[in-house]
Amino acid sequence: MRYLYLLLVVLSASVLFYATLDFPQWGDPNSPASLHVSPVYLQRSLEDTSVPNVVTSVLADYRGYDTMFETTVIFTAGLACFVLLRVFAPKMKDTYYRHIQSGVVLHIKGQTTLLDGSRDFERIDSRWVPADIILKTISRFLIPFIQLFALYVVAHGHHSPGGGFQGGVILGASIILLSISFDLRTGLEKIHERGLGLFSATGVFIYTGIGALCLILGKEFLNYGVLSKILPVDPVMARSLGIFGVEVGVAITVMAVMVSIYNYVSSEGRLDEGL
Amino acid sequence: MDSILEFIVGRYNYWLYILLMMIGLYAMISKNNLTKKIVGMNIFQTAIILFYISIGFKKGGTIPILEHTSHAVEVSHFVNPLPHVLMLTAIVVSVSTFGVALALAIMIYREHGTLEEDEILKCLEQ
Repeated sequence: MRYLYLLLVVLSASVLFYATLDFPQWGDPNSPASLHVSPVYLQRSLEDTSVPNVVTSVLADYRGYDTMFETTVIFTAGLACFVLLRVFAPKMKDTYYRHIQSGVVLHIKGQTTLLDGSRDFERIDSRWVPADIILKTISRFLIPFIQLFALYVVAHGHHSPGGGFQGGVILGASIILLSISFDLRTGLEKIHERGLGLFSATGVFIYTGIGALCLILGKEFLNYGVLSKILPVDPVMARSLGIFGVEVGVAITVMAVMVSIYNYVSSEGRLDEGL
Repeated sequence: MDSILEFIVGRYNYWLYILLMMIGLYAMISKNNLTKKIVGMNIFQTAIILFYISIGFKKGGTIPILEHTSHAVEVSHFVNPLPHVLMLTAIVVSVSTFGVALALAIMIYREHGTLEEDEILKCLEQ
């Protein structure tokens, strides 16, 4: 059976290798892919949208529908993880508390929140190992800077490589780092599950809302130029601001969905103990 | 001799991506464990992403970020931005689909207690 699969793979590889004979040379400026629409994007990006980063202007303006539905796909993925995995009535698992001063661990049968507010005890996972103080300190030190960098990547996406998707992923990674280096409950204290759901819907709402606002003001869906009617700028600058608004929406959705996928997958939908 | 070398240099990147893609395809169709299949799917997606980025490259071109002062843009000085845009979204979507695939794998494990395909099929037949 394995040889059959190997034969199949070799067969499709040889067909693909044969197809590369017709390909343009690597780095050829006159390859068909570079002649069709991309020169128009490169030449008109500045006068149409006043955005120097052509990737951003193509992403959010020229191909705005594509990006809108990609954002919806990500939102749907987060929703799918929630629907598939979330368990609301967890099995009766035991609770563990550790006395911080002496290191004695209390093993309480069943679920309890008895000692949650206590200053002498901390709740720990069932597979708890003594925490590495270097890891905790470094991640506590780094997370604010990571988040600041994420905001820079979102806000500076017009002038440098960056934008909503990248910034959102960095922002989500900072919260996932918090959940990994401490435990899942610490991450959930910072952003609650309900907040994550709200954020992932808010991002899509901002994107489609800006599109619908253009429709209300009398132009096509996602035609940001018409926003100059309500903003004190000319239509070209209004496009730039519209792109920025859309990128913020994308960043919020991507951040919330990345964190919630991590939460659900790492705790098998119970949101009590993570990795 | 020179023409052969030029032929190879102009296409070897595509061949590497095909190789990577076939590794992913082989993992997807022949592996028995569902997690390995998912990893194979991710390798496959990575090959496609690299292929698209490679198409957009122009020799001597720089990143597609213009300057505010320049009036006429010389198109051949900037790489093609379109594949970058497509792959930018594809990367994030591939991460999300990876998450959904893992969620499905967890559900299958909950139901059958295994991720081996033949054992799951045996479970379903009973």
